[in-house]
Amino acid sequence: MSERVLICGNEAMGEAAVMAGVDAYFGYPITPQNEFTAYMAKRMPEEGRIFLQTESELAAINMVYGASATGKRAMTSSSSPGISLMQEGISYLAGAELPAVVVNVMRGGPGLGNIAPSQGDYFQATRGGGHGDYRTIAIGPSTVQELIDYMQLAFELADEYRTPVTILADGILGQMMEPVTFRKRKPRKLPPKDWALTGAEGRGQNIVRSLWLKEGALENHNYKLQEKYKKIEKNEVICEQYAVDDAEIVLVAYGVAARMVKAAVIKARKHGIKAGWIRPVTLWPFPTEQISKAAEDFKIFLTVEMSLGQMVDDVKLAVEGKCPVLFYGRPGGGIPGPEQILEKIKQLSITPKATAIKS
Amino acid sequence: MKTVFQRTPTLKNCKTHYCPGCGHGIAHRLVAEAIDELDIRGKTIGIAPVGCAVLAYDYLDVDMVEVAHGRAPAVATGMKRTNPDKIIFSYQGDGDLAAIGTAEIIHAAHRGEHITVIFINNAVFGMTGGQMAPTTIVGQKTATTPKGRNITTEGHPLKVSELIASLPGAVFVERVSVSNPAQIRKAKKAIKHAFELQLNKTAGLAFVEVLSPCPTYWRMSPVKAMEWIEDEMTKVFPLGRLKDVE
Repeated sequence: MSERVLICGNEAMGEAAVMAGVDAYFGYPITPQNEFTAYMAKRMPEEGRIFLQTESELAAINMVYGASATGKRAMTSSSSPGISLMQEGISYLAGAELPAVVVNVMRGGPGLGNIAPSQGDYFQATRGGGHGDYRTIAIGPSTVQELIDYMQLAFELADEYRTPVTILADGILGQMMEPVTFRKRKPRKLPPKDWALTGAEGRGQNIVRSLWLKEGALENHNYKLQEKYKKIEKNEVICEQYAVDDAEIVLVAYGVAARMVKAAVIKARKHGIKAGWIRPVTLWPFPTEQISKAAEDFKIFLTVEMSLGQMVDDVKLAVEGKCPVLFYGRPGGGIPGPEQILEKIKQLSITPKATAIKS
Repeated sequence: MKTVFQRTPTLKNCKTHYCPGCGHGIAHRLVAEAIDELDIRGKTIGIAPVGCAVLAYDYLDVDMVEVAHGRAPAVATGMKRTNPDKIIFSYQGDGDLAAIGTAEIIHAAHRGEHITVIFINNAVFGMTGGQMAPTTIVGQKTATTPKGRNITTEGHPLKVSELIASLPGAVFVERVSVSNPAQIRKAKKAIKHAFELQLNKTAGLAFVEVLSPCPTYWRMSPVKAMEWIEDEMTKVFPLGRLKDVE
């Protein structure tokens, strides 16, 4: 498939996962990601691969855990409440160092919330979400094309670092149709899965575990994980920037919110306002260095999210007080549109520096 | 000199962490013997529970995974679906399988997963300090039923084998005990059969419930605990084959 096709985000991710060589998909119905599960129900058997509708999200993530422990590429998809249920399994995947790809098509929360698009699960996705001292890679695409393009990378990062990877989409991206091209990148060179459980024929026993009882063993295991996380932070940041160098106002946004920000920034430039934007593609590892560098000259940072402020914490940590970091966002299905964002930019452009710093 | 009995190779030559008189050691040996007699060590993957047997991989020399509390049948499903030629078994206690993991075992059986489940029922949570399990019998004193299990507040003991046997996806269900040598021989036969069914690609889940002593939290001597299985537990959990392939 190299021609342009019109497809919704959920189905596009399904096809991209098939292209990336996923061996097994396990999922439980939840809106707004149901097209994904339905697509896999049709496509996986066509490829002679495994599809299974599970009894719960707990079961889904644990089936992923089982398939992954045997060295297979396995994934699940869900939406916010379902991802909450999977946190136990994700913590175990991180602890046992098993690769997996988890797609979260975010909806409004907390609780059952609603089925409207949201970015309210940023903390959950980037802080680990479950119990214990761990991180998971989180990728935040902003177009249907990117949902496709980053799927292969998600599987490769999972395999290379033996860690779960989340693709953080939202209800708009999942549902929206866009023209796309299915293209395969040159695969990364990946380490052999000599740790996998394949039956101990002709070799010693392999064990996949997250329990470390002996004194100091868990501390050492955590140091080992941390070393891996440092390597990921060093090597795997993806970030897009536009007109940041001469900008007086820099907007930071990811996913669908970044598309609204781009539109607003282009309009602001037309109004003669020196605005630019930074778009983290990997949310963890976060582009701390890029933002820190941008903050070396005085700028006003405006973080825009479809929540009441989560990624803004990471922006503040990156800016380290060198510049004011402001926030605009709407929660629970509210969408900060380009016009509203442009209004905020205009207000900031006439705000005296001293006032900006105070606020 | 003629060897009349020896440690089966899949059972590692080491001391276990189990309490004196615990039944896990016997059950581990029976699983290891079944694996060796069927010559399937090279294609078997085991799943350890959360509970006293969490370290089963320290004693059973097969590829093994440790999983979240109760989720073994889901993990087994993920393994078997993607590796139909491998022999997948879970080894779970009554807290793991009959309390927190109820949904996973019911649905694995319901789907007829081609896996083997060894369910150790000792009527108590062992590892966490002897709390009530769903299988605790009426009147039994535990850390969380200090006056004995009361049916008006804690309900009746859960008969898991009977539940599983009611599902068409389960093809073999038997309740056995390790309370005396004769029963241990029967238990061995059932466990071996449960593996054999998977080897023969018989569609469906094979389930063996093993009544097993916990002298520590039953506050009994090992000998008394074995007697308690026969005198009290088997009244609530009758031994025998509930279901087999035709």
